[in-house]
Amino acid sequence: MTPAEIANLLEEQFGPAVTGKKTDALDPFVTVEPARLVEVCTFLRDDPRLKFALLNDITGVDYLETDSKKVAKAGFEPHLEVLYHISSFAFPGRRFTVKLVLPRWKDNVAGQLPEVPSVSGVWRTADWHEREVYDLVGVFFTGHPNLVRILLNDDWVGHPLRKDYEFPLEYHGIRCR
Amino acid sequence: MGLLEGRMEDSFLVTNLEHAINWARESSLWPMTFGLACCAIEMMATGAPRYDIDRFGAGAFRATPRQADLMIVAGTVNLKMAERVRRLYNQMPDPKFVIAMGACTCGGGPYYKYGYNVAKGVDLVVPVDVYVPGCPPRPEALLEGLMRIQDKIHKMRDLTKGQPEELPIPARTGSVGLPPELQDPEKAVEFLKENKERAKPVKA
Repeated sequence: MTPAEIANLLEEQFGPAVTGKKTDALDPFVTVEPARLVEVCTFLRDDPRLKFALLNDITGVDYLETDSKKVAKAGFEPHLEVLYHISSFAFPGRRFTVKLVLPRWKDNVAGQLPEVPSVSGVWRTADWHEREVYDLVGVFFTGHPNLVRILLNDDWVGHPLRKDYEFPLEYHGIRCR
Repeated sequence: MGLLEGRMEDSFLVTNLEHAINWARESSLWPMTFGLACCAIEMMATGAPRYDIDRFGAGAFRATPRQADLMIVAGTVNLKMAERVRRLYNQMPDPKFVIAMGACTCGGGPYYKYGYNVAKGVDLVVPVDVYVPGCPPRPEALLEGLMRIQDKIHKMRDLTKGQPEELPIPARTGSVGLPPELQDPEKAVEFLKENKERAKPVKA
């Protein structure tokens, strides 16, 4: 099954929940409505034609041009993306990507993390990957069993891989910059 | 002892107590076993037979801070670890010495600008006696750093009252003489010129 066929199948199955696709890219992907993510992922895992049993990775990307001179040329509105890279054991070599497009802040209130339903119930691997995305990029995964920071200390403030992140001046009495 | 054995009259040595203590201290430094990143590999190489830190009496790597008096901070210190490093330092008995090994511990190294989680030098966490730069430093460099620590101990005057702190003068150095073609300044200039000629790209 080619990536284009997978994308078509998903469009057929979920209709408006699939908001976009690009199947000729190196990592072919479909863009999915965040609210219906778990449904789509369960389908990708369980459908006998797809059988995507493995979640390789979850990536969080912050699209924000901090240089005011380059904003016009940047070619994108500020937003976050979360990508789920999945592959299949039943059909070796088959890979696919599910992409979510999120606002940088929920309801445009700075400090309110955007919410995504957790897929840790679909793939157990997602547990730690989601914690990492939460830790570094700042995406809140609703329904996650234990959403605490995985790499940084529990009392860390902010999410360092956000483009507008500012270093703390001091951390536990140690100068940071 | 083989050289001296059986060659002495029945005699005694005279030295001052401070000197004797310093001599004992500098000849048996006990470093702490702890490596934070890639520099630790180089530290291990220094402990292995090829470079053999045991020659300087500093080969007894202890697995606990309470038995160690030298902390070799080998590797990137991130902020999560920095607190632990400080705690380990506080647990060491006096007198204690710290070698900051590698670019990261000297001042943040490659993580200086964008390393949100890296302490910009271990001297922000614990007092450092000797800095050994390099990424990672060669074992020879670490041995040189160890020798500087020994020099420092050599000059300690902690028994004498009211002694000003003296700057340690390097007693031993690990430096090597210049190669023969560079020893004479005039010859050296010529040699460098020749070298430049040799480095020129060949015209097609």
